[in-house]
Amino acid sequence: MRVHKRTIALCFYFGLLLLPIYWMLTMSLRTNADILGAFAIYPTHPTLANFVKIFTDESWYSGYLNSMIYVTENTLISLVTALPAAYAFSRFRFLGDKHVFFWLLTNRMAPAAVFLLPYFQLYSTLQMIDTHIAVALAHCLFNVPLAVWILEGFMSGVPREIDETAFIDGYSFPRFFTTIFVPLIRSGVGVTAFFCFMFSWVELLFARTLTVTKAKPIVATMTRTISATGLDWGLMAAAGILCILPGALVIWFVRNHMAKGFALGRV
Amino acid sequence: MEKWDDNRAWFLVLPVFIVVAFSAIVPLMTVVNYSVQDILGPGQTYFAGTEWFEEVLHDGRLHEALWRQLLFSGLVLLIEIPLGIMIALAMPKRGWGVSACLVTLALPLLIPWNVIGTIWLIFTRPDIGMLGVAINKAGIVFDHTASPTDAWITVMLMEVWHWTPLVALLCYAGLRAIPEAYYQAAKIDGASGWAVFRYIQLPKMRGVLTIAILLRFMDSFLIYAEPFVLTGGGPGNSTTFLSIYLVKIAMGQFDLGPAAAFSLIYFVIVLLFSFIFYQVLQNVGRREKQ
Repeated sequence: MRVHKRTIALCFYFGLLLLPIYWMLTMSLRTNADILGAFAIYPTHPTLANFVKIFTDESWYSGYLNSMIYVTENTLISLVTALPAAYAFSRFRFLGDKHVFFWLLTNRMAPAAVFLLPYFQLYSTLQMIDTHIAVALAHCLFNVPLAVWILEGFMSGVPREIDETAFIDGYSFPRFFTTIFVPLIRSGVGVTAFFCFMFSWVELLFARTLTVTKAKPIVATMTRTISATGLDWGLMAAAGILCILPGALVIWFVRNHMAKGFALGRV
Repeated sequence: MEKWDDNRAWFLVLPVFIVVAFSAIVPLMTVVNYSVQDILGPGQTYFAGTEWFEEVLHDGRLHEALWRQLLFSGLVLLIEIPLGIMIALAMPKRGWGVSACLVTLALPLLIPWNVIGTIWLIFTRPDIGMLGVAINKAGIVFDHTASPTDAWITVMLMEVWHWTPLVALLCYAGLRAIPEAYYQAAKIDGASGWAVFRYIQLPKMRGVLTIAILLRFMDSFLIYAEPFVLTGGGPGNSTTFLSIYLVKIAMGQFDLGPAAAFSLIYFVIVLLFSFIFYQVLQNVGRREKQ
C-alpha cells in the first residue's frame, strides 16, 4: 500500500512537471494570432508552419548544428580532464589540495555578464572569435569545476580497498582507472556528462558574445524571435521544443549508466 | 578514509588547472582592474581607488535587493532540496519506469532560460494562459503583473519547476551508487524505512547533496534571465534580484567602474556563503563518521 501511494505522488509530480512543456508544445502548433486571440486547452487549428520554417531556413537549423558541435566538444573536454583530477582530490593529500578544490568552484560564483568584455578581448587577441572551440573552452569555466565536484563525490563513495587490491594484483594506474574504477562510478559519470551537456546547451551570454555567424548557437538565434514588432511566440515555442530533443537523447543514452549502481567485489 | 600523501597527484590535477585558469584568471584580473578605475573612453582612464566600492556599499536599493535575494535563495534551498530527495527516493529502481522518469526529469533543464521565462509569461497569463485561467476559474484573483505577492509566487513556482529535477537527478544517481550489500545488512538487522534513510541513504548521499546545495545556492543567487523575462523586476521593485539590479546599473551608466565594483562585492557574498555551507556540510560528515 505504501509503495502504491508513493507511485501516485510521483505520477502527480510528473503530471505537474509536464504541464508547462505541454503548453509550449501546443503553442508551437498555433499561429501567433491564435495564441493571443483566445484561451484554448488544445490547438483547434494545429499548424506545422513554425517547424517548417525552422527546418527550411538555414540560419535556424545551422544554429542547432553549431550548438551540438561545441556542446559535444565541451562535454568531452570536461569529462576527460575532470576524471583524473577528481580521482586525485578523492584519494590523495597534496600541496594546496583543499584550496584548489574550492577555488575551482569559485569560478561558478561570479555574475557571467561581467566576464563578457574581458572574454571578448581575450579570444579576439587569440583570433578565436567565431570558432566552436572558443565557446567550448569558455564553457569549461563553469563545467570543469562542476564535473570535478560531482565526480569527486562519487569517487569518495568507493572504498579505497578496491584501489589497494588492484595495485597489489599488479594493475598499472591507467589500466586500473579505465577498466575497473571508472566503470564502478558509471552512475556518476552518466549524471556528470548530462549536466555538462545541459549547462553548455542552455548558456547564452558567452556563446552569443564569442560567435558571429559560423558558430552561432541556437540559443542566440532564438533571441531573434523577440523583435521590434513583438514576440513571435509560436516560432519560439517550436524552437524550444526542438531544443529539448538532443538533450533528451543524451539522457536516454546515459540512463542505463545512471540507474546502475555498483556491485562490490568486482576486483 | 585516510588519504595518501603524494604531491605527484598534482599531475592528475594539472589539465583541469590549466583549462580553468586560462578561462578564469585573465578575465578576473581585467574586472578587478576596471573596478578601481574611472573609464571615460578608450585611453581615458583615471585611477579611482575605492570610490566605486564606497558608492556601491552605500546604495540603499542594493541592500533591498540583497535581502530579497537572500530570502529567495533561502526559500529555493528549503523547497527544492527536500522535494528532490523525496522524488529520488520514490523513483523506481529498475524497469521501463526508470528511463521514463529520467527523461521526463531532464526536460525542464534543457530549455534555454530566456525561453523558460517567456513560456511561463504566457502560461500564467490570466486571460490566455493555462495556469492563469485555471487559478482565476477557481475563484482566486491572480495576476503576477499587478500584485507583488503573485509575482513572487509565480517566480518561485517557475524556479522550483525548473531546478528541482537537477536535485532529483543528482540524488537518484547518488542513491544508485549505494552497494546493495548495505541494504541487505539493514534488512537482516530489521531496520525501519526511516533508519535506512537516516543511517545509510542520507550519509551516502552527502557528496551529491553538498554539490546540489552549493549549486542551487550559487545559481539561484545569480538568477537573471527567467525572472527578468517573466516580471522585468516588477511590479515596482518587488522581484528585482541582485543580478537584475546589477545589469540596471551597468546599462544605466557609461562607466564600467561601479558595475565592476558591484560584481566583485557580489562575488565575495556568494563566495562567503558557499564557503560556510561547504564547511558546515564537511563538519557534519566528519561527525557522522566518528
